[in-house]
Amino acid sequence: MSAPIEKPSEKTPLLSVRDLIVEFPTRRGTLRALDRVSFDIAEGEVLGMVGESGAGKSLTGAAIIGLLEPPGRIAGGEIWLRGQRIDNLPREKMRRIRGRRIGMVFQDPLTSLNPLYTVAQQLIETIRTHMDVSDAEARKRAVALLDRVGIPAAARRIDDYPHHFSGGMRQRVVIALALCAEPELVLADEPTTALDVSVQAQIIDVLKEICAERGASVMLITHDMGVIAETADRVAVLYAGRVAEIGPVRDVIQAAEHPYTAGLMGSIPTLTQTAARLTQIPGSMPRLNAIPRGCAFNPRCPKVFDRCRTDRPELIDRDNGRHVSCWLYDSATQKVAHD
Amino acid sequence: MTDTPLLQVSGLTRYFDVSKPWLNRVLEREEKQFLTAAADVDFEIKRGETFALVGESGSGKSTIAKMIVGLVDPSRGRILFDGQEMRFEQGAAMRQLRRRFQMIFQDPFASLNPRWRVGSIIAEPIRTFGIASGADINREVGRLLEVVGLSAADAEKFPHEFSGGQRQRIAIARALSSKPEFIVCDEPTSALDVSVQAQILNLMRDLQDEFGLTYLLISHDLSVVRHMANRIGVLYLGRLVEEADAKRLFTEPQHPYTRMLLDAVPDLALSGRRRKPVTGEIPNPITPPSGCTFHPRCPLVVDICKQQVPAVRTTPTGRAACHLLEESALSSS
Ligand SMILES: Nc1ncnc2c1ncn2[C@@H]1O[C@H](COP(=O)(O)OP(=O)(O)OP(=O)(O)O)[C@@H](O)[C@H]1O
Ligand SMILES: Nc1ncnc2c1ncn2[C@@H]1O[C@H](COP(=O)(O)OP(=O)(O)OP(=O)(O)O)[C@@H](O)[C@H]1O
Ligand code: SF4
Ligand code: SF4
Ligand SMILES: [Mg+2]
Ligand SMILES: [Mg+2]
Repeated sequence: MSAPIEKPSEKTPLLSVRDLIVEFPTRRGTLRALDRVSFDIAEGEVLGMVGESGAGKSLTGAAIIGLLEPPGRIAGGEIWLRGQRIDNLPREKMRRIRGRRIGMVFQDPLTSLNPLYTVAQQLIETIRTHMDVSDAEARKRAVALLDRVGIPAAARRIDDYPHHFSGGMRQRVVIALALCAEPELVLADEPTTALDVSVQAQIIDVLKEICAERGASVMLITHDMGVIAETADRVAVLYAGRVAEIGPVRDVIQAAEHPYTAGLMGSIPTLTQTAARLTQIPGSMPRLNAIPRGCAFNPRCPKVFDRCRTDRPELIDRDNGRHVSCWLYDSATQKVAHD
Repeated sequence: MTDTPLLQVSGLTRYFDVSKPWLNRVLEREEKQFLTAAADVDFEIKRGETFALVGESGSGKSTIAKMIVGLVDPSRGRILFDGQEMRFEQGAAMRQLRRRFQMIFQDPFASLNPRWRVGSIIAEPIRTFGIASGADINREVGRLLEVVGLSAADAEKFPHEFSGGQRQRIAIARALSSKPEFIVCDEPTSALDVSVQAQILNLMRDLQDEFGLTYLLISHDLSVVRHMANRIGVLYLGRLVEEADAKRLFTEPQHPYTRMLLDAVPDLALSGRRRKPVTGEIPNPITPPSGCTFHPRCPLVVDICKQQVPAVRTTPTGRAACHLLEESALSSS
């Protein structure tokens, strides 16, 4: 039942995360923040990763790019990038993969931009670090990319410093920086959360279009289901450091199978709904030191039954493109239910 | 008599002095600089209704909320509560009025004193306004905790022992303790996760039904506002650009900015609508564009927009401030 996502017939995914465990040793024992997280990202696919605050979204991203902050560490599992294992690489090798093969966009553009250098210096340096091109050629590419992400008068503005740009423009620069070495995967962690709504849509559109043009896959981390709904091909829902459900975005939103996902979708007000009350999931997500035995969602689950309190459900392949970790979908349970 | 709106705001304006220190100004030969956080804002809230203000960051939502509850003085304009003018410098009469409204803030972490027990936090308005005394206070605190879905025993605990959603419940219990009629809620769920947000929004609804509360709800989240409000005001750079019935704002937006916002908001509904590309960003509020401040981003801009501030006009759904609406109103009459 382990590694349930593997399907030998399909071609190798761009990224494969298998049973990833991330732990934080503390004085009062070890906290397990990610507990056997598994998912794939296909070539050219946009995978959304959603979950409430503390679910483990950012840690999953950080583990993939080898930027977990100590004392956090990978305590188990494997991460594969196009058939190459990358979770156990030496620091220097991983540093080269970051930037070259995996581009990054974070919530705060200033974490990716150095305030002391012009945008041109940063873009050209990144391009030349990863690609064998002349200074002039790198500059030409940088200007073209800035122009493509929607910076007006790119040829002139490229020599400005980051603080000369507005928040939305800075995030465009960061997207250019993430894409300038032509990575295979772009990891975007809450790329629009700090921006105004009217600017969010512009940034998401740019990110999605450019990645599609260049065939880069995207892992889009956000707590905003609306952004996922309009951007992702598939979505993975995290709860308490575990994957609750993965599937095509439309299916998961409109017909969630996992009780947590169903509750989550019902709790979000939309621009068209008419219900007077929102679906309410009682309680809140447990802290890492108090994750219940069995299914992590069991104290809040409206469908909980005995087995949920003792045994942890693994991801079950539903044969409809979805994987769900819930005992309701276990064949043994279903037999019992049908008897 | 009960037809008087509970709250009436007219011409509400607030400038902030954002000049550099005097010496720098003299050396750099700069004028004093002012930022207009709210300009000529008018609206009314009927008893038992929820009026919402939406707008992007810096549009003046919190400034308006703070003027209404007396945390910021208006530079100009009037605020009438139940027909009486609010003047915060006045003593006793104002105190009586003051207990009839309360405020809930965005950050349930910052708004509760971490060194006080929850019981004392909730009891504070009860004591201040002399609503109860002695053992009655504790009984009332216990009752309020249960009203917001916590337990009376929680009065003994400290804020850090609660989750974000529970802390917001405590803030609501505190706001309810002076038995207010009107509550200003400034982004009450923005710091919370969606599943917890649903709990708080449902609770606010229930309390409104039970106690006939009137809300001013401030949020940047259009779907939250649509879910909660009867009427909605849309702010842009400190000005109310449109006000309309909540549901109709979404089906029949009148102002180009409202339309742009609706196009921009990603939604769960998966309607498959193709968004119109939204252009530009919010300008610097210290040097706002001339005329209609939305003109550099407006797809429908015409010459007059750059020169004249559009007047507020009645629309089929409420009112809006746009030169084009004036024209169509003129040409159709
Ligand atoms: N340095 C650390 N020490 C201990 N626990 C940590 C540390 N960093 C993160 N965690 C815990 O790991 C869990 C997952 O954190 P993560 O940042 O991945 O959440 P997230 O899903 O990205 O949430 P958010 O939406 O708030 O960004 C949380 O419970 C967090 O408290
Ligand atoms: N005390 C102050 N001094 C100077 N400027 C201020 C002050 N308070 C607010 N402002 C400015 O007034 C404008 C409106 O601010 P306000 O906080 O009301 O916006 P808001 O709509 O609540 O935004 P947000 O969504 O970010 O909370 C902003 O440009 C802000 O920078
Ligand atoms: S395994 Fe049990 S508790 Fe967990 S989600 Fe499924 S039904 Fe609910
Ligand atoms: S007044 Fe002119 S610029 Fe302003 S919203 Fe109307 S059409 Fe657009
Ligand atoms: Mg995060
Ligand atoms: Mg505010």
